[in-house]
Amino acid sequence: MTPKVVLVTGVSRFLGGHLAARFAANPEIERVLGVDTEPPPRDLLRRMGRAEFVRADIRNPLIAKVISTANVDTVVHASVTANPAGPTGRTVMKEMNVIGTMQLLAACQKSPQVRKLVVKSTSAVYGSSSRDPAVFTEGMGPKDLPSSGYAKDAVEVEGYVRGFGRRRPDVHVTTLRFTNFIGPRIDTVLTRYFALPVVPTVLGYDARVQLLHSEDALAVLERATMHDLPGVFNVGGDGVLLLSQAIRRAGRINLPVPSVAVPTVGGLFRSARLVDFSPDQMRFLNWGRVVDTTLLKTEFGFTPRWTTQQAFDDYVNGRGLRPLIDPELVAAAEQTVLATAAKLR
Amino acid sequence: MAGARVIPLHGGAEQARQRRTRPQVEVVPEPETTAAVEETAAPDWERRLADVLAFARRRIAGDYQVDEFGFDQDLTDNVLLPPLKPLYEKWFRAETIGIHNIPATGGALIVANHSGTLPLDALMTAYGIHSEHPNQRHLRMLGADLVFRTPMLGALARKSGQTLACNPDAERLMSSGELVGVWPEGFKGIGKPFKDRYKLQRFGRGGFVSAALKTGVPIIPCSIVGAEEIYPMIGDIKALARLFGFPYFPVTPFFPLLGPLGAIPLPSKWYIEFGEPIRTDVFGENPAEDPMLVFNLTDQVRETIQQTLYRLLTQRRNVFLG
Repeated sequence: MTPKVVLVTGVSRFLGGHLAARFAANPEIERVLGVDTEPPPRDLLRRMGRAEFVRADIRNPLIAKVISTANVDTVVHASVTANPAGPTGRTVMKEMNVIGTMQLLAACQKSPQVRKLVVKSTSAVYGSSSRDPAVFTEGMGPKDLPSSGYAKDAVEVEGYVRGFGRRRPDVHVTTLRFTNFIGPRIDTVLTRYFALPVVPTVLGYDARVQLLHSEDALAVLERATMHDLPGVFNVGGDGVLLLSQAIRRAGRINLPVPSVAVPTVGGLFRSARLVDFSPDQMRFLNWGRVVDTTLLKTEFGFTPRWTTQQAFDDYVNGRGLRPLIDPELVAAAEQTVLATAAKLR
Repeated sequence: MAGARVIPLHGGAEQARQRRTRPQVEVVPEPETTAAVEETAAPDWERRLADVLAFARRRIAGDYQVDEFGFDQDLTDNVLLPPLKPLYEKWFRAETIGIHNIPATGGALIVANHSGTLPLDALMTAYGIHSEHPNQRHLRMLGADLVFRTPMLGALARKSGQTLACNPDAERLMSSGELVGVWPEGFKGIGKPFKDRYKLQRFGRGGFVSAALKTGVPIIPCSIVGAEEIYPMIGDIKALARLFGFPYFPVTPFFPLLGPLGAIPLPSKWYIEFGEPIRTDVFGENPAEDPMLVFNLTDQVRETIQQTLYRLLTQRRNVFLG
C-alpha cells in the first residue's frame, strides 16, 4: 500500500532530510511532513521541495496534534542518532532518542490513521564484545550491554517499538538495524574519524567493520516506507574491512594507543572537537561488528549496491581525502627496486 | 535493484586461492630442488623479491580481502604460515596420515585430541593440512574465548582464520563450505598432567556434533601423537594461574626453572592421522534435536580417536625418533 501522508522525523540531518526529499519527488505521495527541532540547512531545505517542514520537538505532546490533524498514515522515525550535536550534547541526544521515541509512539498509538511505522535502529543493539559470535543474525541478543550510551538508547528504543507493535497489531512496524554509514556526503563520527591524518586505534585490537553506503541506507528506508515489509532487518553492505585495512585504504597513518591511554586520547580528541567517541563506540573499535543480511536480501528484497569496500572507497574518493602515503609513490618505489635488481643480475 | 553488484565473499576468496595455488601446485612435487635453484639462479631470486614487494604494496594500500570472520588469507599465506614450516618439518618431523580423508572441497569438521600445554598441536594440524592437502585448504579453528579476549592474540587469531567456539560460528563456517577444526577437550585436554597423556578427557557437551548434524557435513576424527611430550606438565601452580587469569600455570622440567628457555618445545616425533569421515547427513529430519544421537556420535568420535591414539602409540618405538 502506497502511503498518502508521510511524516519523517529528524529532517535536519542527512538521512531524514534526503529521505523527505525523495518522498517529495514521488508523485504518489500526497503530502510529506518533516519534523525536527531545528530547521534543515538551506541546501537540504531546497532539495526537500514540496515537503513541509514542521518545527516541533518530538519530546513534546504537540507531535500528537501534528499527526492527527494532518492525517498521517506513515511515520518514518529516522531521528535516532549516535552523533551528539556538540561536546555537551550527549544528554540531549539521549533525551531525543529515548523520550522522543516514547512520545512519538504514544502519538502514533492515539492516531487511528497511522498504518505504518518505519524505525531507523542500529546494529549497535547487538553490543560488541569478545564473546560474541562473528556474525549477528536478527534473532541474537547482546552478550553484555553497556550501561550507557547510544547502544543502550537503541535497545530501549527498540523495546518501546516492540511494545507499540503489541498494542497496535494493525500497524506494520519495520525496524531496520543499520550498520555504520559511510559515503561522500554523510557526516558521522566514523567519517570524521577516518578523515583524521593520524588515526588512533586501540593497540592489540583490529575491529571488523561493516559499512553501508548512505545512498543504500536511503534506498532501504524508502523501500520500507513504500512497501509493507514488517519485521526486523539487519542492513549492511556485503563484505568486511578490518579497521587497520580501512585506515590504509584511506591513506591515513594508524596510531595504536595502549588501552590504558585510550580514555585520555579520546578526551583530547573530544576537547579538540575533532571526533567525539562514546564508550560503546570505543568498544566497537576494539571488536567490531558484522551482521548477517540474508533476511534483507530474501524477505525484504533489497541488495545493497555498494559493498563495504566499495562504499568506503567511494567515501575516500568523494571526500577527496589525499592519502599521506601516495600509492603511486609506493608503486614507483617497487618498480625502482625491481629495476635495480634486474641490473644486478 | 537492477544494477546491483555483489562481490561474493567466499567465491572471491576461492578464486584468489585457485589463482594463487595453481602455480604453487606445479612447484610442490619437488620443493627441495626448487629451493636449491632459487639460491643459485638470479631470475628465481628476483621473482621472489617481486612477490615480496607486491605483497608489501598490497599491505600498504590495504588492497586485500578479509572475510566476515576477519580471515586475512593474504597475510596468513605470506606471513603467518611460513614460519611454521621449520617447526613442522624439521623440529617435530610431523607426518600426516590419511590426508585423503579430508574432502577436496566443501564443509567438513575435523575433531582432534588436544594436548601439549600450549596449543602447538592446533597450529601444526593447520599447517599440515595446508601444506599436504592437494587443494591447500585452510583449517578454520574454533578457539576459546580467552584467545579472543587477549589483545594481540585475539586479533592475530581472527586474521589467521580462527573464530570463537560457538554454534552459530561453526555452523556458518561449515555451511559456507569451510574446513573447520575443533578441539573439544579444550583446556581440560591441553592442560592435563603428563601422567594422563593420551587419555582423552570429556568431549564437552557435544556441541560440535550437533553443529555438524545441523549442516550435514562429515566429521573427520583426527589423532595427534607427539604433542603430549613437547612440554611435559608435571605440576600446576593454581595460585599463579588465578593471579594471571589463566586456566592453568604449567610446571615442566624446564619451565619456569630455565625461564624463557623452558618455552622451547622438546623435539618429539609427531604423527597426525585423519580417520575415515563419519557422515552426518544420513539421520533423517532434524537429527540435531535428538540428544541420544548426539551423545552416541560424540562417543563414536571420541572412541575412534582414542583407539587410533593407542594404535599409533604401540607402533611408536621412541618418543623422539618415532
